[in-house]
Amino acid sequence: MNHEQATPTAAYQPVNGRLLEVEDLHVEFHTRDGVARAINGVSFTLDAGETLAILGESGSGKSVTAQAIMGILDMPPAKIPAGAIRYCGQDLLTMPEEQRRKTRGPEISMIFQDALSSLNPVFPVGWQIAEMFRMHRGMNKSDAKEQALRLMQRVQIPAAKERINSYPHQFSGGMRQRIMIAMAIALDPAVLIADEPTTALDVTVQAQIMNLLHDLQEERQMGLILITHDLGVVADVADRIAVMYAGRLVEKADILPIYAHPAHPYTKGLLDSIPRLDQKGQTLRAIAGLPPNLLRIPEGCAFNPRCYLAQDVCHRDLPSLREVAPGRWSACHFAEEVLDV
Amino acid sequence: MGTYIVRRLLQMIPVVIGATFIIFVMVFALPGDPLAGKCGERPCPAAYVQKFTEEHNLNDPVPIRYVKYMGAIAKGDFGTTYQGQKVSDELLRRYPITVRLSVIAIVFELVLGVVAGVLAGIRRGKFIDNLVLVSTLVIIAIPTFVIGSVSQTLFGIKLGWVKPTVSSAATWSELMLPGMVLGAISLAYVARLTRTNLVENLRADYVRTAIAKGLTRRRTIGLHTLRNSLIPVVTFVGADFGALLGGAIITERIFNIQGVGGYIVRGITAHDGVAVVGAVTILVLVYLFMNLIVDLLYGVLDPRISHD
Ligand SMILES: Nc1ncnc2c1ncn2[C@@H]1O[C@H](COP(=O)(O)OP(=O)(O)OP(=O)(O)O)[C@@H](O)[C@H]1O
Ligand SMILES: [Mg+2]
Repeated sequence: MNHEQATPTAAYQPVNGRLLEVEDLHVEFHTRDGVARAINGVSFTLDAGETLAILGESGSGKSVTAQAIMGILDMPPAKIPAGAIRYCGQDLLTMPEEQRRKTRGPEISMIFQDALSSLNPVFPVGWQIAEMFRMHRGMNKSDAKEQALRLMQRVQIPAAKERINSYPHQFSGGMRQRIMIAMAIALDPAVLIADEPTTALDVTVQAQIMNLLHDLQEERQMGLILITHDLGVVADVADRIAVMYAGRLVEKADILPIYAHPAHPYTKGLLDSIPRLDQKGQTLRAIAGLPPNLLRIPEGCAFNPRCYLAQDVCHRDLPSLREVAPGRWSACHFAEEVLDV
Repeated sequence: MGTYIVRRLLQMIPVVIGATFIIFVMVFALPGDPLAGKCGERPCPAAYVQKFTEEHNLNDPVPIRYVKYMGAIAKGDFGTTYQGQKVSDELLRRYPITVRLSVIAIVFELVLGVVAGVLAGIRRGKFIDNLVLVSTLVIIAIPTFVIGSVSQTLFGIKLGWVKPTVSSAATWSELMLPGMVLGAISLAYVARLTRTNLVENLRADYVRTAIAKGLTRRRTIGLHTLRNSLIPVVTFVGADFGALLGGAIITERIFNIQGVGGYIVRGITAHDGVAVVGAVTILVLVYLFMNLIVDLLYGVLDPRISHD
């Protein structure tokens, strides 16, 4: 696509392939009931061409993290009291809003879980994709529509030409998610965030969408953040995994070692709760108990009320995320013991 | 779509027949002698009574009279009042005035209502929001009669900005103040409806998507959110227009406007059944057509509604 050269993208150049650095991010929600500390010091990085999976139960703060990166949190009630989100070395949080707005779409883009409600019901899908080109590239309507058509074909929407003027409700769930993807990748973003892109879909369609995302990521060498609460979904596509619990990262590692040897009891619990072909017939073990109320996160390790290893120290001291083996990070006082068994 | 319209038009037939028949029966059931006072103090001569009775089919049973009357209307003859006036002449004179008055009221309530609603919605909880909420509540609480009389006194007499009453020509400029009075209460509803819908839609997922697409706040709110928020507003205003075209009795009375509302009231008080039924038949038709247009418009504005 030669229009790429026309717009100066030189403002953002990854340093040594590093696209994104999230550092000590905190997000809290000021609600009527008090302050919900949704994110409590999250740090991770993302390189070009890399897929990072963020994993965690419902309410662990995955979406809030993504929305903070994207800059689409409602503030108020949300507040970011501390932290930095650097994109190509520049802190998005201190950037003027107008400059930051221009990063949404061409630099960083996002796909949401529910494509039906995330697409505008009153505009044709082709129009919604074309809007990216018109607003960011100043393209005229017919050129932009031409680009939209190409994208619809790229994400394998059958009879794209005939369906370009259809409305979101006229598509199936899988097709709608493809349209979301087409819209998100329209301007060739360097970072793509997919927040549970397949949760609302049935299993066969899930795999197709995952494959499509994976292909696009390789083709365009994007940095992909894949948010999910299902370890099974990401095994084939992710390079690294970050596991979240109560607004903190509890484990960070490459994908393969984490499957073989989790270094945190919570990750272990998540692994035990996915069905495995080689262990047919065994009952699945879900993790007992519920994630903590964010208004009252327990003292010490937030996971201690549900942890089979919990000792006095876990009720007292907050474990920091430390490197427990080369490339393995865990926030557990007993990470070494967990790794060994 | 075509079949939908045909179906809707067919559905109108029983509604029109039912509504006009009820009106007809009610109007002619009103006690009173149409000949009273016709010939001064004395009773009318027998020949005149007979001619009058025949002309107005007064001896037929009500259903027959109804059929004869509707048959004439279908041919474009709205009949002649007991005073010898042609109903169609009077309607042709008065209807344009009612239309002008309604158009002013609608434009006023739509433009100002939407602007007020949007300002309140995007500054939720702030001063302007409270101002809009309180002032619309006040407008809704005050009867049109009071709003009309007060503004007539204030702008027409005290300040002398406009003429306090409307001449029989009823020009656009003369109808400006009465139109605003007529649209005031609906304006308050439009403002509130716009605000509520905007606030609700601003929380919608597709708005979050619009922001994530890197669109400006102006485009996110002014196009993506407002386009969705205005769907119920437009249908409300459309239905309101249908109702306004039925005449505005109070506003017409206050400002001495020769619209259809006053005509119907006068017809009822004068026991002039022909005038009432003729006017009401037109109003029923106009109202039904407006409703059809609103429903079609709804389908255009919201692609999820299908008229197949
Ligand atoms: N607007 C908000 N106001 C108050 N609290 C919020 C708001 N948005 C999110 N939260 C809180 O932040 C916490 C993290 O939410 P988040 O949506 O990030 O969870 P998640 O990990 O994405 O879960 P899921 O798998 O259900 O999507 C939740 O406890 C939620 O209640
Ligand atoms: Mg989520």
